[in-house]
Amino acid sequence: MKNFIYTLLLLLPISTFAAGNVVLKRADVDLEDFTSIQKGAKHYVQYCLGCHSAKYMRYKRIAMDLEIDEDIVLNEIAPEGANIYDPMLTAMNEHDSKKWFGVNPPDLSLISRVRGADWLYTYLKGFYTDKSKPFGSNNTVFKDVGMPNVLWQLQGEQTAVMEQSHGEDVISFLKIEKKGSLSDREFDQFVTELVNFLVYVGEPIQLERQRLGKYVLLYLLMFGVIAYLLKKEYWKNITH
Amino acid sequence: MKNKLTECTDWMLERFPMSKLWNEHMADYYAPKNFNFWYFFGSLALLMLVNQFVTGILLTMNYKPDAKLAFDSVEYIMRDVNWGWLVRYMHSTGASAFFIIIYLHMFRGMMYGSYKKPRELIWIFGMLLFVCLMAEAFMGYLLPWGQMSYWGAQVIISLFSAIPVIGDELSLWIRGDYVISDATLNRFFAFHVIAVPLALLILVFLHIVALHEVGSNNPDGIEIKESKDPWGKPVDGIPFHPYYTVKDIVGVAVFLFFFATVIFYMPEMGGYFLENANFIPADPLLTPEHIEPSWYFTPFYAILRAVPDKFAGVIAMGGSIVVLFLLPWLDRCPVKSIRYRGGIYKKALALFVLSFLVLGYLGTQPATPSLTIVARIFTVIYFAFFLLMPIYTRWEKTKPVPKRVTHEPDAEEQYEALVEAFDEMTIDKPLKTSWGATAFPVSPNKEGIKHVLAGLLKKLKGSLE
Amino acid sequence: MIHEGVDNSKRQFLTTALTVVGAVGTGYLAVPFLSQMQPSAKAMAAGAPVEVDISKIEPGQLIRVAWRGKPVWVLSRTPEVINVLENETAKLADPNSHDSNQPEDSNNPLRSIKPEIFVAVGLCTHLGCSPTFRPEIAPNDLGPDWKGGFFCPCHGSGFDLAGRVYRSVPAPTNLDVPPYRYITDTLIIVGEESTEASA
Repeated sequence: MKNFIYTLLLLLPISTFAAGNVVLKRADVDLEDFTSIQKGAKHYVQYCLGCHSAKYMRYKRIAMDLEIDEDIVLNEIAPEGANIYDPMLTAMNEHDSKKWFGVNPPDLSLISRVRGADWLYTYLKGFYTDKSKPFGSNNTVFKDVGMPNVLWQLQGEQTAVMEQSHGEDVISFLKIEKKGSLSDREFDQFVTELVNFLVYVGEPIQLERQRLGKYVLLYLLMFGVIAYLLKKEYWKNITH
Repeated sequence: MKNKLTECTDWMLERFPMSKLWNEHMADYYAPKNFNFWYFFGSLALLMLVNQFVTGILLTMNYKPDAKLAFDSVEYIMRDVNWGWLVRYMHSTGASAFFIIIYLHMFRGMMYGSYKKPRELIWIFGMLLFVCLMAEAFMGYLLPWGQMSYWGAQVIISLFSAIPVIGDELSLWIRGDYVISDATLNRFFAFHVIAVPLALLILVFLHIVALHEVGSNNPDGIEIKESKDPWGKPVDGIPFHPYYTVKDIVGVAVFLFFFATVIFYMPEMGGYFLENANFIPADPLLTPEHIEPSWYFTPFYAILRAVPDKFAGVIAMGGSIVVLFLLPWLDRCPVKSIRYRGGIYKKALALFVLSFLVLGYLGTQPATPSLTIVARIFTVIYFAFFLLMPIYTRWEKTKPVPKRVTHEPDAEEQYEALVEAFDEMTIDKPLKTSWGATAFPVSPNKEGIKHVLAGLLKKLKGSLE
Repeated sequence: MIHEGVDNSKRQFLTTALTVVGAVGTGYLAVPFLSQMQPSAKAMAAGAPVEVDISKIEPGQLIRVAWRGKPVWVLSRTPEVINVLENETAKLADPNSHDSNQPEDSNNPLRSIKPEIFVAVGLCTHLGCSPTFRPEIAPNDLGPDWKGGFFCPCHGSGFDLAGRVYRSVPAPTNLDVPPYRYITDTLIIVGEESTEASA
């Protein structure tokens, strides 16, 4: 059965690339939940923006799209001193980051469109202790990732339980070794909010797009019906 | 007031053959009255051309053909420009829709023999259009400057280096640099925005002029000009306007419904219309794990990969398009329409379509050894369809071709048969619900489904004879 | 064969209906297409209000800042200049700024919130050149009547140091005064209307 699933995964389009053989967990993304996105934005600035910019996103747009006051965005979400018109830039310069991590941490504006929500969710929950790595951790969906687990204080320390499969060591499941400041459920919610925000940032217009789509389709249906009636009227005296 | 208006129109008409043009190509252009669903795709292709032109011009206003700015400018269009996202999705979805339409349009031609005498030139112009369209799509795909844009272009341009002697110089000349770079992007932009669209426009003009000179083919593959009424009009023809204009508008409405569904609900189409890896800016130092061309190139790409030699692969890929040009002369059968052709051609065409689809799928997959073998088998089938055509079409057992066009029941007339089939496949069991109402839950009827499917299979088998 | 039993009124009705519905649809499609040529969110962010520190301007000095890409002048006027402006109004085309553009709190003879600080958009109201700052009195090239002001080199329009246009020059109205307000005594923000609380 497992092999069958793997084969299926191989047949999937590239949206699951780099996922390897790990089955992705489903992220419970809801773009209509503005509070969740707002919280996610806050988490993002607090935990991610230190290294990862989201340069295509302006603070003002967050205020507009989530229907909140610009002051709330400036005071509760944006880092100190940010202007409402500023894009979400990181304070770290590229030279330092290259030295520290070996690579420049990528901009995350479009990461949800590259990886998909489920991948991000699984990735953020998939860090485990691995003493052989420079940052002391590894990841189930992104092997040998150059990013430390920035959420470990919230999640706690997680270790991988291995099992033998076809003569190779494979991760069977992850286990929380030392408790973090959040419970399992709270941490799940935290990650969901963060992913929700990232999906929103990937394409801020998507909610509006789907809302408009209904009207366009309805219009085209109406247009089609009239066009069909007209065609029928013209064609009724064409004899075969 | 009215006098002035007529004066104005008269002034125009004395100097410009407006009504003559209108009559020649619309009101007095007689088209066969038995066009079916397959005949929508010509006008839809024209619609897509207009769509690409209009949205393309709007995109040009905000796009920057500069390696440093291109990716950012696309995101700028998607986020900061008013309605930029809609314009961009219309353009990107339009490109894929264009190819779907063109492939169906070409398949129509192959089914009803629209490439045969006297319409060889229409087919040639059409094929030139197809080649131009591929060039246009390929160059347009580089412009977003994402990873897939960059590496796709890198791979395809490297194909030219397989040509002996001049290959390396040629690919260098096309790129204008040692790798794909700013210079390449800028020249592709120039080609994509003005040179190729101009060629497309001229070819569309020639395609239509040639068509209107000899007249349209039809699903029966007979010439309506051969039976005329006392006034010299074809008995089986009807004026294009108003009959086909009103009909084509229905086709447009149905098409736009699907088109809008994709634009508003699935603009990426699961990574086929907009690829995930293309949301990463181009990085000349890092190839994505799996590169594939846009879906509309994958059949040809699969043929390229199926051949184990670099140069031979390029020749095979080019050849797979060249053989399409030769179709009018490869086919020796005097009968045009598939309706009256022999079973061997029907089976060959079905195999060809299958090979095209399988190759298209394989082109999106990583080239594993087993898949490569499958690709080779279907590449052989693809070429066999064309290269063996002079042989198998000569001894085809054709059916008698009618003198006048026949009538094929359209969707509306088949509605009752559909309802009947549905009834046969299901059982309605009246059920008293707890609150007293009668419900009719529909459950499938196994015997009925078997019977209907058997009927369908029999029909299919019969139609292949 | 073709023209039997044609119901012309039904045809006419359906044709009209389809034309109208089609025209409405095209109209709605035109809205995004046309509005995408409007200033984008980025242009609007670049056109955000700008803060100007006026503590360092010397009396009589003019500084230029960019707001929405346009030059905005901030001029510190000396008491002598103010005196000239208050008394020399005979040659002005619109001394009371009836036909000119300025926010309500600058709608006064000196066209400013505070008399000593003058803020204006530095573009001639004729065809949009930026006039030169000519504070000197009666220079050789501008003649003995020049009391100091702005002179547009493109088509010869003249304005005084309150941006008021002289008579018989091509420019139709006084220079525009942008919306601005004082955040503190030495800091103004150009591009934001003053509210009741401030100024």
